[in-house]
Amino acid sequence: MAGGILVVSEHLRLELADITFEMLGAGKKVADALGAPLYSVTIGENIAPLALSLGIADTVCVIDRPHLSMPSPDTIASLLKGFIEQKGISLTMIGGTNLSMGIGPLLSMKCQLPFINFCTALRVEEGTIVFTSQLFGGKILTDICLSDNRGIVSLYPGAFPPEGGRSERTAAHESVDIPVEESKIAFKRFIEPEAGDVDIARQDVLIAIGRGIQNQDNVKLAEELAEILGGVVCGSRPVIDQGWLPLSRQVGKSGKIVKPRLYLALGVSGAPEHIEGMQNSELIIPINTDPGAPIFGLAHFGVNEDIFDIVPPLIEAVKARKGDR
Amino acid sequence: MNIVVFLKMVPDVVEELEISSDEKSLDTEWLRMIISEPCEHALEQAILMKEAYGGRVTAIALESPEIDDVLYTALAKGADRAIKLPGDWSGISSPLEAQIYSTLVSEGIVGITDETLILTGSQAIDDLTGELGAYLAGMLDLPYIGVVTGVTVDTTSKQATVFKEFSGGLKGEFGVPLPAVLGIQAAEKPPRYVPVAKIRAMMKSIQYETRQVSPPAVSARFTAKKMFKREVTGRAEMLKGSPEEISNRIADILADRGLL
Repeated sequence: MAGGILVVSEHLRLELADITFEMLGAGKKVADALGAPLYSVTIGENIAPLALSLGIADTVCVIDRPHLSMPSPDTIASLLKGFIEQKGISLTMIGGTNLSMGIGPLLSMKCQLPFINFCTALRVEEGTIVFTSQLFGGKILTDICLSDNRGIVSLYPGAFPPEGGRSERTAAHESVDIPVEESKIAFKRFIEPEAGDVDIARQDVLIAIGRGIQNQDNVKLAEELAEILGGVVCGSRPVIDQGWLPLSRQVGKSGKIVKPRLYLALGVSGAPEHIEGMQNSELIIPINTDPGAPIFGLAHFGVNEDIFDIVPPLIEAVKARKGDR
Repeated sequence: MNIVVFLKMVPDVVEELEISSDEKSLDTEWLRMIISEPCEHALEQAILMKEAYGGRVTAIALESPEIDDVLYTALAKGADRAIKLPGDWSGISSPLEAQIYSTLVSEGIVGITDETLILTGSQAIDDLTGELGAYLAGMLDLPYIGVVTGVTVDTTSKQATVFKEFSGGLKGEFGVPLPAVLGIQAAEKPPRYVPVAKIRAMMKSIQYETRQVSPPAVSARFTAKKMFKREVTGRAEMLKGSPEEISNRIADILADRGLL
């Protein structure tokens, strides 16, 4: 029998994150195909109750002790090294999230195992796991295999259905004790998001702007379109980092997750970090000069043109229809 | 402070990317290389910290097309020293890159003191093997934290206060003793603009250093089977015609869905 498949459950403020169930679903698929046991491990302080809902795993483990409420990547990697050795784990899955970033490389070094990042799909072919990772802003995919299926992989959030990792089975958990040195990094406090003028997660209509908006002066054009459509303007990371929109308007991995009725994206390429935040919008219409922009892959309608050619007549067309009523 | 920033070049994804004939890498012939965006922010954060706390900034990069411009730009922005490591490093993985940089420390080319901060971009778009900063910290046995969007330093206690992004705008504040490695996601201010004339002047007045380093031994830790382009046609119905025709079609779609 193959070595175990381990899912490192992810949680924040005593709530399990969706990525945990996404990984469990993917892990279950691989474990079943290989005839390998599926483990989960939850690391933290007072987190044992979280393990109850991880029953899809054959063995549900917790490392629950004081001072682990926000452990550093190095501490988690040290604990996982001990766990992998103790349980005979072949493949370790971690979340490709901001919270877990850093764990993969550190664990890779401690265990002398390879680490694969950005995984969005996996399959088993003749006993070998084939991982598909996305690179270069989601434009390129690559298939990779590990020697003896041994290694560490980070799964991209939103790439695997969380339903596949949920189970009615209530799991009894096993407490695991692994000694670890105290980290030099000390968690001090959470800093809540700045309250913006509007909550973009509650809007029906969002006009998203990306790097294609070119400069701050052009943001006015998007605002004019948003106003006529009764929506608000939001943006991808580069727009926020340039200071053209406040942080409260950011959509994506570090920003808000949005599900508006309309997501009209102006000059947004659709980097994976952005798609993570808007992929469940009801109607997605990107306008972009790059026909290879990944955002077209999940759009309902698309326009492969310059936003500055389309938006002014679009504003007029919307005005005309509103005037008709 | 002694601030060291490692700059990474990546393909410009605005350009068309082509796969090479071996189907395992990008075709580099027409590739346009630019500085990785988080690295540009790491450089900005380094300069901001120099302005706030004093000290020196050293910018270091592997040789790559356009790297000379990037290093001179770093000097024009306020870096005090720039080092280029000559060689063909295309497709190098993060662990090997970290190994090269760690030799700069072991050979004394880059010094580490109790006032040292090493900054990298938090993550690059081609980090298939993970983040450079984490590997580097592991090799140098220094604390590491990534997705950083703000840093302050108490130069008396040699402690940094670091702000890390989670999701939904939530951040965490961490205390990190120096020396340390930080993966910068975004600087506290947008990267500054420097006029081309200032960069040209820099080229005439100061030279970057070049340091020869031996390529590390490569051990295949996984097998890349095949690289391929993502099909982006997906489910989208592409709207065509004149701008007015397309605009009217969008307006019709919005009206049909009750969005007008």
